[in-house]
Amino acid sequence: MATSNSKTMIRTDVNEGRSATVRRVRSVITIGVAYVVMTALAVVFALPLVWMIGTSLKREAEVLSIPPTFLPSTPQWGNYATVFETIKPFMWNSGYLAVLNVVGLLLVSSMAAYGFARLEFDGRDLAFSLLLSTAMIPSIVYLIPQYILYRNIGWIDTHYPLWVPRVLTPVIGTFLLRQFFKTLPRDLEDAAKLDGASAFRIYWNIMLPQVKPGLAAVGVFTFLESWNDLFGPLIFINSVDKQTLPVALALYRGEFFTQTSLLMAGATITVVPVIVLFISSQKYFIRGITMTGLKG
Amino acid sequence: MLRLSQRGRRNIEGWIFIGPAILGILAFQFVPILVSMYASLTTWDGMNPPEFTGIGNFRRLVVEDTFFRETLRNTIVFTLGHIPLTIVIALMLALLCNLNLPGISIFRTAYFIPAVSNVVAISVVWFWIYQPQNGVLNSMLSRIGIEGPAWLSSTTWAMPAVIMVSVWQGVGYPMVILLAGLQGIPHELYEAARIDGASQWNQFRKITIPLLTPTLFFLLITQFISSFQVFGIIYVMTQGGPANATSVYIYYLYQNAFAFGRMGYASAMAWILFAIIAVVTFVQWKLQKRWVFYE
Repeated sequence: MATSNSKTMIRTDVNEGRSATVRRVRSVITIGVAYVVMTALAVVFALPLVWMIGTSLKREAEVLSIPPTFLPSTPQWGNYATVFETIKPFMWNSGYLAVLNVVGLLLVSSMAAYGFARLEFDGRDLAFSLLLSTAMIPSIVYLIPQYILYRNIGWIDTHYPLWVPRVLTPVIGTFLLRQFFKTLPRDLEDAAKLDGASAFRIYWNIMLPQVKPGLAAVGVFTFLESWNDLFGPLIFINSVDKQTLPVALALYRGEFFTQTSLLMAGATITVVPVIVLFISSQKYFIRGITMTGLKG
Repeated sequence: MLRLSQRGRRNIEGWIFIGPAILGILAFQFVPILVSMYASLTTWDGMNPPEFTGIGNFRRLVVEDTFFRETLRNTIVFTLGHIPLTIVIALMLALLCNLNLPGISIFRTAYFIPAVSNVVAISVVWFWIYQPQNGVLNSMLSRIGIEGPAWLSSTTWAMPAVIMVSVWQGVGYPMVILLAGLQGIPHELYEAARIDGASQWNQFRKITIPLLTPTLFFLLITQFISSFQVFGIIYVMTQGGPANATSVYIYYLYQNAFAFGRMGYASAMAWILFAIIAVVTFVQWKLQKRWVFYE
């Protein structure tokens, strides 16, 4: 009994030892291959943007050279000064609309989310199903009536359609923040209620600070959606000076960006703030995506 | 009396909190949806009062409008190209990221950056990359002895070119979701499989893929909904051209509503889109029993 046991033990030990080295060698190879593949893919993903930035710094003659180059021989920082003069109003429009959207939507969605998650009142569940019901319908369905509505109330060619309706229909934000509010312990509110604090005070002073990660996620999403929106400004804005940065880039390619280098500088200025925002808020952003599956 | 007023106060409080969002959804979504239903049954230029024409718009779209059929076909081609490529590449990236090697966050960020980048900006950039003469892509191809086509002005290559950009931009979100799915698979399963001597490939096939099927199912549904509504890349890069080779559903809808002033017709298109999405989602839901694995 004892001998046979020890025999098998020895055999497995040998096997283990050999397969462990095999495994180690294999895993070193795997890791090496993985790094090579990951780097190659990173290059594929980054290259168009590197080319964009490179071209934005070239002289126009260099842009048109065949074969094309990736990086400028001498960076023309002046391109940015030139393009900045052109796009200043568009940047301002995009920027202040994004801020308005973020602040407004965070307020409206966090209030609604708090109401749905922590308060009990008649009609709450019905209201929540109303909130979710329209989410199934693609937004293109109500876009046309919205357009007619805005024309009737004089909102076409103003900035209102680009923030008021969005701030007031924060379906995903409400849904996400509701999940955050739901996880908070009850006694937080109970203690405040005993002290006679009003519902608004409890929401603002006690509950809101507890869901900061959720607010950050919703805030970043909202900023991106506003800044990157194409359809809205394209349809609702007619005047050049009211246009947002990306749509100006699309519509006035030939007028304002007569040189490719300037167009690329404009594109760079459109993309970089968002990339910076994304990198600095990645943690919240990724958590937000995985919680809602947003955008799939 | 006191209890009633307390309840009344609670109701008022509650509705103040949810009021702005609910009013907004009623005014900007719910009512417009009802209006859109009616508009789809009318001939309407958006200026003059709509003229009721029953199912006329739908009949014309389905029976007569050959251009509509063409855009529908283009959209299906786009979707069939976009979804498998996006999901396969996203899965590959997620698996790589899941190895958790040092420096992985830099790579993950690089893969995700196109996803947050503005669609106009990246379309403008790719437009130049695709230039036949001095574009980067063809110059790189010529270096390995391939003469690249005139991507965006070729009826054959415009659609693949557009799909390539949309995949490049689109893999970020599915990658993050798949990564979360991968991280949710319990380690013990792999350990048990390793003790049983299962190869890496078998572990992938028998553990990773089955446990990832709910995530893949979710992605199939959401990817279908979003890729069937592709617009930005097309609008900036091809304007539906050349010779309508990339004219897709939303682009034609947009033209009908805002270029041709056919609001009723465009509304009917919007509802057909909704029906397509609803039916495809429903079918996928029914089919999930066959392949989605729930613990």
